[in-house]
Amino acid sequence: MNVDVGFVLGEAFSLVNLVLAISGVVLGTVIGALPGLSATMAIAILVPFTFTMDPASALIMLGAIYTGAIYGGALSAILVNTPGTPSAIATTFDGYPMAKRGDGDLAVTLAVLASVTGGLIGAIILLTLAPVLARPALAFHSTEYFWLAMLGLTLIASLSTGNLLKGLIGGCFGLTLSMIGVAVIGGDMRFTFGSQTLLGGIDIVAALIGLYCIPVLIDMVARPGQHLRPPESNRGFRLAEALRACLRNGFNLVRSSIIGTLVGILPGAGGSIASLVAYSEARRSSRHPERFGKGEPGGVLATESANNATVGGGFIPTLVLGIPGTPPDAVILGALLVQGIRVGPELFTQHGGIVYVFMVGLVIATVLMLPTGLFIGRYAYRFIVDTPKAMLVPLVAFMTVLGSFAIHANPNDVLVMVVMGVMGWLLSLGGYSVSPIVLGLILGQIAEQGFMRAYMIGTARGDFLGQLIVNRPISWAIVALIAVTLFVPVIRQYLVGRRTVPGGAE
Amino acid sequence: MKKKSLACLIAGAAVAIMAAGAASAFPDRAITYVIPFNPGGESDISARFQQPHMQELTGQDVVVQYQPGAGGAQAWSVLNDQPGDGHYIMGTNLPHIVMQPMLQDPGYETDDLTNVYMFHFTPDALIVGADSEFQSVQDVIDAAKADPGALTGGGSGTNSANHIANQLFANETGAQITYIPYTGTGATIPALLGGEVDMLWGYSTIAATQGDAVRMLAIAQEERHPLFPDVPTFKELGIDMVGGAYRGIAVPKSTPEDVRQQLSDLIGEINANPDFIKQMEEAGFAMLDVPYEEMDAFMAERKETYRAIAEQLESAN
Repeated sequence: MNVDVGFVLGEAFSLVNLVLAISGVVLGTVIGALPGLSATMAIAILVPFTFTMDPASALIMLGAIYTGAIYGGALSAILVNTPGTPSAIATTFDGYPMAKRGDGDLAVTLAVLASVTGGLIGAIILLTLAPVLARPALAFHSTEYFWLAMLGLTLIASLSTGNLLKGLIGGCFGLTLSMIGVAVIGGDMRFTFGSQTLLGGIDIVAALIGLYCIPVLIDMVARPGQHLRPPESNRGFRLAEALRACLRNGFNLVRSSIIGTLVGILPGAGGSIASLVAYSEARRSSRHPERFGKGEPGGVLATESANNATVGGGFIPTLVLGIPGTPPDAVILGALLVQGIRVGPELFTQHGGIVYVFMVGLVIATVLMLPTGLFIGRYAYRFIVDTPKAMLVPLVAFMTVLGSFAIHANPNDVLVMVVMGVMGWLLSLGGYSVSPIVLGLILGQIAEQGFMRAYMIGTARGDFLGQLIVNRPISWAIVALIAVTLFVPVIRQYLVGRRTVPGGAE
Repeated sequence: MKKKSLACLIAGAAVAIMAAGAASAFPDRAITYVIPFNPGGESDISARFQQPHMQELTGQDVVVQYQPGAGGAQAWSVLNDQPGDGHYIMGTNLPHIVMQPMLQDPGYETDDLTNVYMFHFTPDALIVGADSEFQSVQDVIDAAKADPGALTGGGSGTNSANHIANQLFANETGAQITYIPYTGTGATIPALLGGEVDMLWGYSTIAATQGDAVRMLAIAQEERHPLFPDVPTFKELGIDMVGGAYRGIAVPKSTPEDVRQQLSDLIGEINANPDFIKQMEEAGFAMLDVPYEEMDAFMAERKETYRAIAEQLESAN
């Protein structure tokens, strides 16, 4: 590592880069908090400005926006039950219940602390272990992606412990929705009913906004009283309380961050999958799993640290192999290419200075997210709590329309959003939760493509089962995890049952 | 009465102003350049290379927007709904815009898209990992003939340039390779490097970005690419394969003839810029110049070529 540490630190802490880092984080947080506006979009719009910048500064700004946006998604997830970005889906599970019972400010502070922790761990792993971790990620083939998607889908079953059947139906509905459009493998059109609107399938973000936000809006209108219970007194940031929660969940935080980093390394697996896996693990290993889903701080800590860790993790294959880990990484790669920087095996050797300045800058930006995140989060919280419903409902409704249009400047997405929203509300009346549908939608594509490619390759080699499971040691690990996730709660319940019935009612 | 005539006057003036605005010269405001794919791909990168030159030559901002979906069909099917004053342009890709209407029902016909320029193509390339056992195209042919269908070749999408390349290769050499589709070129690279597929039907751009991690066995051009002087062309090896994915720019049908010509000249000028050429070639692209006046002949020739292959792909699917 022939890099001049003094030079790197001097550059990373230069005024220009610090200003870029902090403004990037603020801008990213605001964009991430608005459903429909994504980090990818923000980065794509700002890329032309980076052509005139020094490459390291450009990277720092784009990376700061990215990490700010992943945190920002939690704000709307907690306050309006609508993930601002898909990576915040799992934050709604415990974040919104916390907000409803008056702990919204605590949830926001927890989200900041978790995001900073996860981001730091991801960035530090990037800084120290990037070349080591990049190559093994290549061992993840379509088969492993299929099993990962299956792992994600088992979460549907374990999430819906109260109503397993309805959860599974919801998940299968989501899977069906994911089939709409042109199939990647085979090219046939499915379920488009001849309509132009459905040609590209159901856009995930539009469905997300509709399914999560519309029922909340309808609920706000239908039910009298405050949207969120206001805090008993002006308790400030509740920082001490949040820090105590972090210490209690220390192992959870670190484990979730590492899960997030590792999942981020896998190209195509982003914050949504990372936070789901981390949440599942946190719940499975908690002493009180029944508290999850009802406003358990550990849930928020797990999901937010995992999704911010994917930022650092995603840069590992991006910088080392030239393979984007997540969609924003693809845009950043393009921006670097235009600057004449060939990302890939040569980057560390030829442009080592730029890379290390960027990585240190990312760490700085993540640390700067602590004060900015706390203030923006506080402002958002007070805004949502203090605004009367009469103003809040039209504002949020307008934002949903704006947000879903902003995804691709395509009015069809607004239509999809509304239809999915009404559907989500009707389903919630029937006792169906919305999350399984969204999970099915996201994971359906990954599961189908993974399986189909494994099938095609296995058939070509004359050994389908080998390709699917027998010859794939990494898949064994994932399948084992699926089995544990599914069966440990059942076994635990059985053991508890036996213990509390003395004499054993066999 | 007075109020009414005043209102009429104002309305008339407003209409006149608006009409005057619509008839103003191109370019007089920001240009929207829509890419029908996800950011980071070849279409995006070539557009990014063009962006500064376009801004300089027109004096206007050029805003790149992304509208992915259905392999590009989502954007192409709504192109003609957009205003046709030259300020809205969209990237187009061959063979997509010919194959999609031929093999599916994507919501548009090839002739619906008004192409003004084809400004580059990425030549098909047969790529293997650096540690692969295959050192030449002949090795691949021999291995494939020994066990037809056992070798796997990854590529981007179904009925795409990569898919066609695999079929063309099979037609020319008799080597049967099973084609494995991925979503986009980006997803094929980890598949190759990780050993999931034996080889890639990709483009020269992949070899350019991956450098020593991959080995390009042959390239589908007339002559060797300046960036890869050691890589033989398929033609040299006796295989008649020249082509790849062509990229151009289209406008809505309502765009007037003179604006179309203006855009064609603009892009032609950028294409002649030596800095631009250098950037493109160093990234692995191959330059091409099909201006507006030659477009009809070019498209007709391409359609003929793809028609024969389309039948084969359809039966293979």
